[in-house]
Amino acid sequence: MRVELTVNGAIHAVDVEPRLSLLDCLRDKLLLTGAHAGCEHGVCGACTVLIDGTPVRSCLMFAVQADGYAITTIEGLSPGPGELSLIQDAFCETHGMQCGYCTPAMILTAHALLAGNPTPTRAEIVEAISGNICRCTGYAQIVEAIALAAERMRGLNQPAIAPVSRP
Amino acid sequence: MSAPSRKFRFVSTDRRVREDRRFVVGKGRFAADIALAATKHVALVTCDHPAARILRIDKTEALALTGVHYVLDGRELAGATSPLLAGLDTPNVPRRPLAVDVARYSGEWVAAVVADTRAIAEDAAELVHVDYEPLPFVLDGEEAYAPGSPLVHEAHGSNVLLDRTFVWGEVERDFAASPHRLAFKVKWGRSSTVPVETFGVVASWDPWREMLDVYASIQMPRFPDQVALALKLPGSAVRVHNDVDVGGSYGVKRGIKHTVLAGHLARRLGFPVRLIEDRLENMRGGDAHGPERNFDIEVAFDDLGVIRSMKMRALDNVGAYAGRSPFQLGKPVSAIVGPYCIKSVQYQAIAVVSNKTTQEAVRAFGQGPTNYAIERTLEEVAWHRGLDRLEVRRRNLIRAEQFPYLIPSGTTYDSGDYHAVIDKVLARADYSALVAERDRLRGQGLLAGIGIAACLEPSGANSTFEPLLNPKNETTTYSEGCRITVDVSGAVTANIHTVSAGQGHETLVGTVVGEVLEIDPDRIRVVRPDSLSSLPSQSPVGSRMAIMLGGAAFHAAQKLKARLIAIAAHDLKIPPERAVYENGDVFDRSAPQTRRSWIELVTIAHRYFHRLPPDTEPGLAFSHIIQVPMGGTLPTPDGRVQIYPCFAFEFHLVLISIDPDLGKPEIRRWLVGHDCGTVINPKIVRGMTMGGIAHGIGAALYEEFAYNGEGQLVAQSFMDYLLPSAHEVPEVEIVHHETPSPHTVFGQKGSGESGYLGAPAAIASAVNDAIRPLGIVVSSLPIKIAQLGDMIADARERIANSE
Repeated sequence: MRVELTVNGAIHAVDVEPRLSLLDCLRDKLLLTGAHAGCEHGVCGACTVLIDGTPVRSCLMFAVQADGYAITTIEGLSPGPGELSLIQDAFCETHGMQCGYCTPAMILTAHALLAGNPTPTRAEIVEAISGNICRCTGYAQIVEAIALAAERMRGLNQPAIAPVSRP
Repeated sequence: MSAPSRKFRFVSTDRRVREDRRFVVGKGRFAADIALAATKHVALVTCDHPAARILRIDKTEALALTGVHYVLDGRELAGATSPLLAGLDTPNVPRRPLAVDVARYSGEWVAAVVADTRAIAEDAAELVHVDYEPLPFVLDGEEAYAPGSPLVHEAHGSNVLLDRTFVWGEVERDFAASPHRLAFKVKWGRSSTVPVETFGVVASWDPWREMLDVYASIQMPRFPDQVALALKLPGSAVRVHNDVDVGGSYGVKRGIKHTVLAGHLARRLGFPVRLIEDRLENMRGGDAHGPERNFDIEVAFDDLGVIRSMKMRALDNVGAYAGRSPFQLGKPVSAIVGPYCIKSVQYQAIAVVSNKTTQEAVRAFGQGPTNYAIERTLEEVAWHRGLDRLEVRRRNLIRAEQFPYLIPSGTTYDSGDYHAVIDKVLARADYSALVAERDRLRGQGLLAGIGIAACLEPSGANSTFEPLLNPKNETTTYSEGCRITVDVSGAVTANIHTVSAGQGHETLVGTVVGEVLEIDPDRIRVVRPDSLSSLPSQSPVGSRMAIMLGGAAFHAAQKLKARLIAIAAHDLKIPPERAVYENGDVFDRSAPQTRRSWIELVTIAHRYFHRLPPDTEPGLAFSHIIQVPMGGTLPTPDGRVQIYPCFAFEFHLVLISIDPDLGKPEIRRWLVGHDCGTVINPKIVRGMTMGGIAHGIGAALYEEFAYNGEGQLVAQSFMDYLLPSAHEVPEVEIVHHETPSPHTVFGQKGSGESGYLGAPAAIASAVNDAIRPLGIVVSSLPIKIAQLGDMIADARERIANSE
């Protein structure tokens, strides 16, 4: 089947078998290998991508189901070659990872959390990442990274009241 | 020694971890990310019986499927390869990637299908029809040990791979002389490290260059060598690429059978072959389960609870085949008394095979279960004498002034101040307030307990457990190498010769080389050449890299520095002792303005041979291969041995409450005192400690590879095998202490295992403190909620009936 996937703002037309997961499509067809296979049954969260801004397990979604949505992968977060987003930099500052395998999914999950909640409590951060298994860190430095990113984002001198978006 | 004895410029400072930059943008290079042109994919046909004779393998239907290239069975593979290397001398327990004639556990690989895509290979695997004749099987380790058990390997004549009793010191005399004795059993259930990334390998054979290229998710000593041996290739025909990121290992990413299988297929078929386990293959047939160990302990002690002697019998059920895992009974010899003064020890180490998945090395290489047993021994002694658990530990702990301290099994502990660490933790916790909080919770109708556990982390692994348990093996070194070059532009590159699984070795080496050369570590490039371009490396096992790779990098950098000083002295025409190295430049102590800069020295070395000292090689390239400190001798005939040079210490203090109706434990507070000598990178050490604790929480409360009576593994997915999420891991307060090791270049010790070594014992201690008032104890791990709930309900009913 032919589908049009909007990934990180670019439209890709791809031919896929109906049974191809979105994860395999991103990795094998679009060569976006930042999303990782962990359990492939929806528990570990290593395959997380954002669909219209919401974290989704790409191993549980068929590529054909993603047609028409805005898909964000870890490759879409870096501002430019060699640069890091504020959240990515916060993960480096606290060393919120070890092996790096669950990291892209953690960062996307954090991205979604902070987009909707600029002042998360520890409990809210824990709840947000509780669907992402990290086997290395015991989570402490991940939670700290997200709290640090939230603090830095609040310090960016952005308007307290969100501007009215244009239709 | 609570303060650092030396001040460092970069070591011990809170620097970022350089590896992190590539991971946060999704640019790690994991095995599954490596896409060689024309690669085909492997899926596995597995046996559904715990033991069965393979009567017939019908490949016809599978081979007829479009996109399928090959179906390989065990007999064909066995004809072309040698059995995998075993640790013990057990020639009649051959281990091969695919079962030959007999399959010995449910999930064992019987055939491999190669197809254009993984999906097609999986479809075809279902079309391979295998006829089996089920055979008698044995699952329990004690049953497998007993005479008359079904034999897992008939030709071996028994299920026993190892059964050796060591006696160190006057055990019987000390038992006879002690006023008190106790005997009890504890059990460590079968779990593992279960990384989020499964094992993966890509293998490619070039018949004209006669070269097998291997990209794999590995952490294994002698990996290229073992692959070559099994494939009957010269070592120089196997090129393992070290620049592959490993998505977690903690010991288990061995993948030797996977790689031999993929390597053979690549040679047989002429195109690159990729085998990436799915989660089911990983958990059933990936051969990555951890220890499953029964302990029988007898202990002799005095009125004050001071232990005089201990007898420990440890029986480990290693699963169907003998890999390296029986050696996990050898590591505990190096810390058989934990941090305690026990004068004499009898230790019986038994490894048996069974019809369960094959075991592999797991974080702390067998010391986790043993430390749990040792800590439980202290608790039992205190309970028996009606003494305070902390006080009994204090009375038994080795005191600071006793170091270096020789334990009965022949190991000398390097350094430590255990009492000081414990005092710091108790002060931070406000221990009396913690006790009051426990009692307040009990007053609310909850069960509540305080958990206490110490542990030692033997670090800087040698491999002397091999000759200890296998008389045909004489290994007395476990070297590690580092090579440093300075190019003609003056840039520094350090080469390391292993893969990493999140331990931050690039950061380690950058920091160490920067420290020695007095230049910014971020300016030092760290690369990983392939195995054919590498110095010896034994991979990051046994909590060894801070000590061994850090040591190798230090000495290589020192050689470079010495050369720069020699060149400068010669060029300045001053005696070498007057030449002073500072930040990369060298000056004359008597006339500091007389100097040569870094780039001048580099230029002389590379281009101005006429200005070099006599007999000096041009260029700047320095290697160092380091021997394990304190290593180099064989074990004594009675099994006394120094396997590890350094011993880190941790002390855990936890408060747990248990809902008596559900049996559900809640961790309310966790403190850990940590002493791994000089910390090279605080962020990395903290992560190791926290990750180890999380892993220990899993082993103590959630994770078990459970089998049913039919020999089927029932924990086959993450729905059944429960990994701790952020909800299950509490905040942990870490209290630092620093007792440098005298055996390492900066005083560093290992830090990768302590959290995992202490956490399960601490949780068991807390749970037992909570439920002892009901007259019950738990003596096996994991402590599952349902099982604990039933125990509590029975106890309460018994108490109610007796009132």
